[in-house]
Amino acid sequence: MGYLINNIFRSSFDPLSVFFLAVIAVVSLPSAVYSVGYMKGRYSSGKITLGWALLILFAASMALVVTVKNAFSFIIVWELMSLVSYFLVIFDHEHERSIQAGTIYIVMTHIGTAFIITAILIIFGHAHSFDFAAMKNACLFMPSGTKNLVFVLFLAGFGTKAGIVPLHVWLPYAHPQAPSHISSIMSGVMIKTAIYALIRFAVMIVGVESTWWGEALLVVAAVSCLVGVIYALMEHDIKKLLAYHSVENIGIILLGVGASVLFIKLSMPLAAAFAMAAGLYHLINHAIFKALLFLCAGSVYSATGKRDMEKMGGLIKVMPWTAATFLVGSMAISALPPLNGFVSEWLTFQAFFMGVVSAPAGIKIFMGILAGVLALTSGLAAACFVKAFGITFLAMPRSQNAACAKESPFSMKLAMVFLAMLTVVFGLAAPLILKYLVRVSGSVLSVDTSAAGFTLNNLIIAPRGSGGIYLSPSLLALGLIVIIGMTVLAVYAVWGRRRLTTGKTWDCGYYPAICLDQGGIPPVSDRGRDKLDPRTEYTATAFSKPFRIAFDFFLLPYRKTEKIRESFYHVKSFKYELYTTPVFKEYIYQPLLRAVFKISDSLKRAQSGSIHLYIAYIFITMLALIIFMSRF
Amino acid sequence: MEYLMLILSAPLVSGVIRKIKNDLRMRRGPGVFQPYYDLAKLFAKDEVVSENASWVFTITPFVVLASCVLALLFVPMPGAANPFVYIGDLLAIIFLLALGRFFLALAGLDTGSAFGGMGSSREMFISSLVEPVIFISIFAVCASPSFRFSSVVAGIALVLAVIAETSRIPVDNQETHLELTMIHEAMVLEYSGRSLALLELAAHIKQVVFFSILANCVFPVGILPVKILIIAAMIALVEVSVAKMRLFRAVDFLSFAIVLSVAALVISAVGL
Repeated sequence: MGYLINNIFRSSFDPLSVFFLAVIAVVSLPSAVYSVGYMKGRYSSGKITLGWALLILFAASMALVVTVKNAFSFIIVWELMSLVSYFLVIFDHEHERSIQAGTIYIVMTHIGTAFIITAILIIFGHAHSFDFAAMKNACLFMPSGTKNLVFVLFLAGFGTKAGIVPLHVWLPYAHPQAPSHISSIMSGVMIKTAIYALIRFAVMIVGVESTWWGEALLVVAAVSCLVGVIYALMEHDIKKLLAYHSVENIGIILLGVGASVLFIKLSMPLAAAFAMAAGLYHLINHAIFKALLFLCAGSVYSATGKRDMEKMGGLIKVMPWTAATFLVGSMAISALPPLNGFVSEWLTFQAFFMGVVSAPAGIKIFMGILAGVLALTSGLAAACFVKAFGITFLAMPRSQNAACAKESPFSMKLAMVFLAMLTVVFGLAAPLILKYLVRVSGSVLSVDTSAAGFTLNNLIIAPRGSGGIYLSPSLLALGLIVIIGMTVLAVYAVWGRRRLTTGKTWDCGYYPAICLDQGGIPPVSDRGRDKLDPRTEYTATAFSKPFRIAFDFFLLPYRKTEKIRESFYHVKSFKYELYTTPVFKEYIYQPLLRAVFKISDSLKRAQSGSIHLYIAYIFITMLALIIFMSRF
Repeated sequence: MEYLMLILSAPLVSGVIRKIKNDLRMRRGPGVFQPYYDLAKLFAKDEVVSENASWVFTITPFVVLASCVLALLFVPMPGAANPFVYIGDLLAIIFLLALGRFFLALAGLDTGSAFGGMGSSREMFISSLVEPVIFISIFAVCASPSFRFSSVVAGIALVLAVIAETSRIPVDNQETHLELTMIHEAMVLEYSGRSLALLELAAHIKQVVFFSILANCVFPVGILPVKILIIAAMIALVEVSVAKMRLFRAVDFLSFAIVLSVAALVISAVGL
């Protein structure tokens, strides 16, 4: 046992590990508090105990993943993390969809693990040791071709867990299906462990070999950003929408990391440290606000029993705490100042700007276009969260469930408010956090960052030192508050108190839907009142229509219509359904799956059931092995 | 001081544009100070608020105005020492305006009116396509401090972006209240009285923010008021000479702007 602890499970606490431990703690603790209220009444007491055990095991396995110093034990804890999260995905196993989501997840994650094991074994072939330090030394003498191969394997393997496009397919199934506090940990932290592993293995152990690594990472990241956010816009299941945003945000994180990998090869060490810090900053920010949003979504789900946004509305009046914290989370993920998402996206833009200013011409154009992609992504994300917040929480309730919803219990509110406050703190205290993160990225890239003053007197971020570009989120917030205060005072001083009349929203001359059913003529008693009803409100589908049309070359929308007729002339009702084509599933995974089934079918012929044949198989295998052993 | 002048003269710019448009159309039209009279009238009026509206609807005018005013303070002014550069830069302006827009779009949805939602949806759609144009052209311009050929190309891309952002023809029409065509006007449809006044003032200021970015960053010579007037005249000329596009033609318009900004980036990267 002592041997095991000393050699296999020896932990390291270098700055990168400590940073990721902090990320795990910052999300897991509020989620655990939240689960007290969330699980109560929903599950039996036995299942609650099971839930706690799995939750603790899950957090512990993630903590081990980011601290072990040995590739062999890394694989073990990585697998442990995958399995525990699988059990958590199928926690609501009475739902058919949970089982299906779990299956997709476990298959995808093991394909990923296969890539990772292959890569680690290749390095082991050179190092003859699983110890990180020994592997690192061996990689110094590895041929460049092997390094490139190992990088691609790591990218595919960890990319599956991180959810980069096109390996993201499991994510929108698995994340929403888990209980909400688990969704928040999975989306907030688990996919980030893949980023940790990518940095640890590809950047720190193998070492960046050529510029195309960075370029590949950036392209993959940009594609993930756009695909994630476009799918999120089309989604009306609130938890699925958030899951797609995880794909988008992993893209943004990888934009920072990728830029850093590129800069280190272009001999711009300070820019590399800065870009890595921007990526890590977005990583912890995303952990915080995505956890917050998932917890809020869970709170809505608990209260209404639904995840479809089209059935909600008006929740801001019955669930004020959930609404306010969801608004904070939405603002943060849409990169609105002065919250944390804004700071890290601004930093990522600045990293690109460094490239535009001082990299070679080709890279300049590349980085400028990436900045454009990031801008488009953040614009679309803002649109998506206007939809998510506006349709779910504002206006009139669209169903009975939404109208009768109740605010969640204290433990859930506590967790949500805590995370909402963290988003504010991580926005305002940005210079301090950036300083720390630059130290972390300096240790990752072995760059001396002590000379780089990215901050001025702990209040202002200055990416280009003094005499350049500045940002101070705390002063910006102060400025906003002062201007709002001055406006309110000025308006009240000059024009006095606000004189309010409450009226009805202009109904555009609609009759209530009920009247339309009765031939379009409203009964006399209804004339002139209550013309507006929830069916005349703008819906999430309608909100995303411009985007659906603009991106139709990718989404390939199609509709199914069905007329139910009473007679040839009279159509009684009309059914209209709108779909978008899941491109990746349709054109990559389905053909792949069909091919697998086809091969399995033809292999079935080998299994005849005859014992003689099996003995022959064993004999042939032994013979082949003996020949193999004698040749090599 | 310069900034206070800019804020106070913001409605004047709108008035001037309106005046030029009317002159070009051989109409009499109101004087250039009409926007001030409108604001004064609106501030003194009572408000009607929808019974469906929540606190988001109430705070939105203040947030929008504050974000626009603060954004104006970040606009770099050549020559003058500006303490606000320590708080935020050009990119922070774009993020700040996004803050205002986010709340305005939420307010559009808040009343439960179909028009408000339509306006919000379209506004977020247009603005998400405008953002890449602004970022890429700013990058192209700021990559080198001096005025070059690439600045001209980026400037043209920025003008297209500004037309879209300030809800001008051919993307949006400030003068219309026709249900099917309005974008910005649809979002503020349910506002009245002093809230509407605040939002209108914010729109005037936002326009000046974009005009001064265009004036100061792309063409860093000359005096600001003159340059703003030239840009205003240019916008007015565009407005009277083209017709408004259908919403989905605006996609082509903005895609062209994106391509133009990338072209500016390429030209700037090769050193022209």
